[in-house]
Amino acid sequence: MSTAFTPRITLATTRRILAQLRHDPRTIALLVLVPSLLMVLLRYVFDSPGLFDRVGPQLIAVFPLVIMFIVTSVATLRERTGGTLERLMATPTGKLDFLLGYALAFGALAVVQVGAVLAVSLTWLGLDLAGSVGSLFLVAVLDALLGMALGLLASAFARTEFQAVQFMPAFVLPQLLLCGLFVPRDQMASWLHAASVVMPMSYAVEAMQQLTRYSDVTGTLVRDVLVIAGCTLLALGLGAATLRRRTA
Amino acid sequence: MMNSAPAIEARGLRVVRGGRAVLHDLSFEVARGSVVGLLGPSGCGKSTLLRALVGVQVVAGGTVTVLGAPAGSPGLRRRVGYATQAPAVYTDLSVGENLRYFAAVLGAPRAAADRVIEEVGLADHRDRAVGTLSGGQLNRVNLAVALVGRPELLVLDEPTVGLDPVLREELWKLFRELAGNGTTLLVSSHVMDEAGRTDRLLLMREGRFLADDAPDALLERTGARDLEEAFLRLITDTADTADTADTADTADTADTPGSTA
Repeated sequence: MSTAFTPRITLATTRRILAQLRHDPRTIALLVLVPSLLMVLLRYVFDSPGLFDRVGPQLIAVFPLVIMFIVTSVATLRERTGGTLERLMATPTGKLDFLLGYALAFGALAVVQVGAVLAVSLTWLGLDLAGSVGSLFLVAVLDALLGMALGLLASAFARTEFQAVQFMPAFVLPQLLLCGLFVPRDQMASWLHAASVVMPMSYAVEAMQQLTRYSDVTGTLVRDVLVIAGCTLLALGLGAATLRRRTA
Repeated sequence: MMNSAPAIEARGLRVVRGGRAVLHDLSFEVARGSVVGLLGPSGCGKSTLLRALVGVQVVAGGTVTVLGAPAGSPGLRRRVGYATQAPAVYTDLSVGENLRYFAAVLGAPRAAADRVIEEVGLADHRDRAVGTLSGGQLNRVNLAVALVGRPELLVLDEPTVGLDPVLREELWKLFRELAGNGTTLLVSSHVMDEAGRTDRLLLMREGRFLADDAPDALLERTGARDLEEAFLRLITDTADTADTADTADTADTADTPGSTA
């Protein structure tokens, strides 16, 4: 019963979250423009199309994940501390209504965000890709959803917005260092490699590496996508467990 | 429905927080269609009791039956309206957006949102962002959310705090009207002059009831001129009996600030 969901309530929740975003155009602008701007900086810092073609897509995996993590953890923390979550828990809203409501709203936002990064990267910045743009887009949106699910989960362990923001470096930076962006994972010390195996960002970045190198859908790519989707569902499930109807 | 059954029936309700008892074996009933006031000083456990009734409080013992079902059971979530003391609404949304959202969540028609905005006197502020409203207006948005699903039982935690006397008068008129249509209301307050407007009063102190009676009967019993004085007399009386019965008991039940109490 607690995991049941009602489409009417889920969609109402999504609409409400999107309405909140509409009232905050500066956040929308930052969400949509910052990743594109970072890609532009990256392109001219490297100043070498070959290197950009290799690294650019990996960062397209990282940006939405990181940004969605921050936005979601702060947004849900506000619901927890502002009393609105408790109020919703006293209504027919199911935990899944709440979580899917966020997933749909921020998922829609991720589509816009990734769309902007891809448009800028593929046209102005001349990103050259072996794989298909559609697959890249799908993987990037999936990464954004993973960031959102991890943010929802992380918000349960924060009491203040300061703490929630600090979880970003704590949760995300170790993954960034070990995901294969800086040093290929198979060249790492064995204990670091072992750690990177259980970090979802490693698969997000590896999926992008596959897409830059091969035009076909490889087995590794399929496995990576499944791992990312699995981690997203796992984080959402654990996040649902942290939503309590009764509290002390 | 069995309208003779009480709207609320609590038996031996106990709540423990942080290792100490906040509510001590409370038993009481609230009749359907009545307006019951829950009065007591800040920190006495009023909010904890209301939270237990709507099923968001972890309970250590006892039973609470609300509208014939265990408190907090899924079927009740549409039938019980709850307004917390601190307004729990979305400050970045407009008044109308907030109420349309909660109406959708409760499966109420869209028109319900407009109706309750009128009822709490915020029709002129429908499109204003809630964060820009005054404290009293914010309280009324909070109250409107509790009303929007036309619940059978309304649990309101200090709904009239920060309102001017005219508005307070209007809200009590609204509460009476709702009760006239069969709604049961349990309203907490720490303002004694509101107590006279209820059908029955639960006077609470340090997690226990000092009295459970109609306002007039209380005045008669204590021989006090007003309810404030009646409350004081009851405190002295219970302190006297506790003194003779068990001196240690009163010492360990000093007021706690309790985060939501």
